Amino acid sequence: MTTATAFLGGLSRLEPRPNGHHPAWLTEARRAGFGWVAEHGFPTLKDEDWRYTRLGPILEVPFQPAATGMGYRLSSSTIDALAADLGGTRLVFVNGHFAPELSSLTELPEGATVTSLASVLAEGAERLEPLFSRPFAAHHHAFTALNAALTEDGAFIRIPADTTVDQPIHLVFVSDSPTSPLLSSPRSVVLAGPRSRVAIVETHVGVPGDVYLTNAVTEVALADGAAVEHYKVQDEPDTAFHLGLLDVHQGRASRFSSHSVALGSSIARHEVRVGLEAEGAEVSLDGLYMARGDQHHDNPILIEHAAPRCTSRQLYKGVVDGRGHGVFNGRVVVHPGALGTDAAQTNKNLLLSDRAEVDTRPRLEILADDVRCTHGAAVGRLDEDAVFYLRSRGVPHQMARGLLISAFVNELVDRLRLEPLRSRVEKLVAHRLATGGEEAAKT
Amino acid sequence: MLRIEDLHARIGDSEILRGVSVELQAGEVHAVMGPNGSGKSTLAHVLAGREAYDVTGRVLYEGQDLLALSPEDRAAAGVFLAFQYPVEIPGVGNLYFLRMALNSLRRQRGLDELDAMDFLALAEERMALVEMDRSFMSRSVNEGFSGGEKKRNEIFQMAILEPKLAILDETDSGLDIDALRVVANGVNALRSPDRAMLVITHYQRLLDYIVPDRVHVMAGGRIVRSGDKDLAFELEEHGYTGLEQVGTTP
Repeated sequence: MTTATAFLGGLSRLEPRPNGHHPAWLTEARRAGFGWVAEHGFPTLKDEDWRYTRLGPILEVPFQPAATGMGYRLSSSTIDALAADLGGTRLVFVNGHFAPELSSLTELPEGATVTSLASVLAEGAERLEPLFSRPFAAHHHAFTALNAALTEDGAFIRIPADTTVDQPIHLVFVSDSPTSPLLSSPRSVVLAGPRSRVAIVETHVGVPGDVYLTNAVTEVALADGAAVEHYKVQDEPDTAFHLGLLDVHQGRASRFSSHSVALGSSIARHEVRVGLEAEGAEVSLDGLYMARGDQHHDNPILIEHAAPRCTSRQLYKGVVDGRGHGVFNGRVVVHPGALGTDAAQTNKNLLLSDRAEVDTRPRLEILADDVRCTHGAAVGRLDEDAVFYLRSRGVPHQMARGLLISAFVNELVDRLRLEPLRSRVEKLVAHRLATGGEEAAKT
Repeated sequence: MLRIEDLHARIGDSEILRGVSVELQAGEVHAVMGPNGSGKSTLAHVLAGREAYDVTGRVLYEGQDLLALSPEDRAAAGVFLAFQYPVEIPGVGNLYFLRMALNSLRRQRGLDELDAMDFLALAEERMALVEMDRSFMSRSVNEGFSGGEKKRNEIFQMAILEPKLAILDETDSGLDIDALRVVANGVNALRSPDRAMLVITHYQRLLDYIVPDRVHVMAGGRIVRSGDKDLAFELEEHGYTGLEQVGTTP
């Protein structure tokens, strides 16, 4: 652990202020989070889960916590341009705070709640306490602690038993940080009741050129038989930083799938933790990361098989260009008694330049018998024979490369079940391939 | 149409083509025969623009310096190579790729692009030429194709792209007699007074089906003999022994 002058020098500024709307337990939780950071400091490369991500560039910036009621330059049409309109309910958060005038709420099934966390906290909401402190308590690090200390708002979604929400719920986290670098700390909570079904899309975007840090935590709890799809598109400007945690707890025979697409940020960390806590739960985690320039994309994943006959799948793919750095750090732990576990993790990477770098670390820790676990990792370059084949048919060089990269990426894009989102991601990836390739242009 | 003059190609210290000269007129089919390692496939790849070689000499194609063009510009100018080992490209649909290729060529030639419907009609018509099944259209380029299917796919692509100069690199290798007949019929259907073909083969048997105007024998990186189609039969009888010595003697 390390101390960081700029960050810590300003940490007193970050100290949570009393907020009249907060219940006592929340004030206590915030204080505990802040105390944890003050005592332990920030992780270094010596910390196993952070060994690939240098935090220096983040810790040098004197971030200000984004307060409620700050002005912003965004309009509904800017949000459409930045984050797309997927239809259905869209909650927009500016610098971590709910912006009702930019949001649109459509009709939801009876009993379903989709609102801002701030409004739920303002009502007292004692029952949220265990949920709220869980991501911080289980595997704490400085940034989950910091999120606990500073969060004021985020999405709150609760779907009652036996209820299906047909339209995806789109959460747009947009940053607008024109004057001084802001720190946003949204916390979202998704409670999926027994046998309920819902799809959640998180889009993280910002204004190009702005320097800010998004430190987001999303907690998803699936009751028995629930089915939740989670999509995350991280398209922050490459002047920004993004640290995200998706923390998932699964009940009996529940099904969770996550699709993460990392395109933006200077340094981004997409952490996913899944607890398979009751028999027969299934999880599938997909991830695509496309670092280029000096971008760094880290994907730390922890799946804990804590109950018998659960299934987990991971398919992560990286396309890394320029001096970009991609990391897959996936860990599967099969706890004693998790009989009949079926776990597979796959990571494939395409390096597009000589200076691009990838670290891949699929890890299995098996403490139970009668399990089926596989893992595999590959790092390669574009197949030059295939490039020549395409060019010999008249396909221009840059287009031939793009076609092969798309083919590599499409395995994941094709698995995005939500149509408007899939088109959106196809466009973003195509744009990336068309504008990218400082290396490609030279060859 | 094509004039190759004193063409040399090397990879590192190893010189593979040591002064090849051939002239090909529009409408002609020339066969290039020779033992393994004689430089036949290198000649095909150098003409198509493979960048792995250091090339010297001159290749004039319709009056322009072919060696100065990129592979895609050669394709746009009408050069086509049917590969000996067509590359598998998982995740790229056969038809999608071919339409992209055709439209790239059409764009460079100042023609309108074909839309999906028109292209499909063209593809169905040309598939019949090589007796290809419709199911090949939606599959990834060459992925999981048998040897024969890959070769048919090459000729199918040639039928779509309608090159002026087609180079067929061992298109007969790995084919059984039925597949050979189908592929040869496809090639013959594409013979035309405006089109020249360079047919590279190890065996005489392909030339029973695709009858050449001229036959060149390569050995040791050079053309050591040229003649009419009867030269192929002579080779079939006596083999390549003896010829290689001619090739290696300066």
